[in-house]
Amino acid sequence: MNASYLPSDYLPVLIQLGLALGFIITTMIVTHSIGPKRKSQKKDDPFECGIPVEGDARTPISIKYFLIAILFVLFDVEVIFLYPWAVNFKGLGVTGFIEMVLFMGLLLAGFYYIIRKGVLKWE
Amino acid sequence: MLNLIFYAFAALTLGGSLAVLITRNVMYSAFFLLLSLIGVAALFVLASADLLAVAQVMIYVGGVLVLVIFGVMLTHKPKPETTTGPQAARPNYILTQHRAWLWPLLVAAGLFTAFYSLISRIHFSLFEHRAPFQTSVDTIGKQLMTEYIIPFEIAGILLLAALVGATYLSSQGDRTNNQ
Amino acid sequence: MQPTQQVSIPELIQQVPLNYYLIVSTALFVIGIIGVLTRRNAIIIFMSIELMLNAVNLLLIAFSSYRSDSAGQVFVFFIMAVAAAEVAVGLAIIVMIYRNIRSIDVGLLNKLKW
Repeated sequence: MNASYLPSDYLPVLIQLGLALGFIITTMIVTHSIGPKRKSQKKDDPFECGIPVEGDARTPISIKYFLIAILFVLFDVEVIFLYPWAVNFKGLGVTGFIEMVLFMGLLLAGFYYIIRKGVLKWE
Repeated sequence: MLNLIFYAFAALTLGGSLAVLITRNVMYSAFFLLLSLIGVAALFVLASADLLAVAQVMIYVGGVLVLVIFGVMLTHKPKPETTTGPQAARPNYILTQHRAWLWPLLVAAGLFTAFYSLISRIHFSLFEHRAPFQTSVDTIGKQLMTEYIIPFEIAGILLLAALVGATYLSSQGDRTNNQ
Repeated sequence: MQPTQQVSIPELIQQVPLNYYLIVSTALFVIGIIGVLTRRNAIIIFMSIELMLNAVNLLLIAFSSYRSDSAGQVFVFFIMAVAAAEVAVGLAIIVMIYRNIRSIDVGLLNKLKW
């Protein structure tokens, strides 16, 4: 496996960045310049139909979502640790597998604690 | 060409972090932190640390920043007097206050010169003989699972402790809130 | 490595002097310090701590890349894991403080002062 990267390897990333930025900027400029501006109370509503709007978007939210976000971050780190192991899974053999099972087992113990604690229950 | 790209991303990083300091809106400073973190990830790519750039985007931008924004939304105090005043037209404003700035500025200037002169004067004896380039996902994975296996498992234990602690803290508050 | 004229990224990166990386990461670290010293909002202090951690990561990666040694990158990997754990517990504590005293102004938390 060739371990070095050429600058041209990043060209697709740059092209995609340029396309995404260009699309967003042109769309925003064009819609702001050619669209008519009419304002009414019905139009400024977030939803045209459905339940009536209550408060604004910055009301304090339930702490349950926050807890889910915390759990997401911690398992995200675990997934990041899996990548370099998965790349040379064959080379590390059984030892590497046992080490990773130990690592996963620690976090799965935490997961078991969360389930027993009833955090994921959504009444 | 490469220097220009480096300058652009360094300016993005430093500008984003300065804006985190300067803006009074906590929500805006969270989004400026996003710019700064993305700039750091790009600098990682420029320093040929691809895996860490991906990890930076996944952990910091995808996880930590979301958590910070959740924290801003959870700790936002809705002020009754601002719902009718001129602030009502700008509901995005979650303001905070600055403290005195003169002394920290002096301290910062002193610290910058001190740190920079210290770091740039370091002479690494190993720095001269340069090993052939071998930094990639492959070698990081091998080192992680062989040389650094004990820190790796300790990181697992730390994550377990953080999991249990954060869950305990947050669910404790949930119960008191419900009562 | 290709035998052609093209230079790969690791050789290309050494055209940017190491000093530039040092300046950027030192400046980022100092900005984090000013943030901790001047702001009163606990969450912004938290973001400044993240900036300082990022500065240290950048410095480690610059050194490991110029030295062509991947040990520094493994180290940064562990720093990221520790930072994520710290953010999870720290933000949970900040939210709990907010629930108890209805404010996250660190000036109000002067009970810990000696």
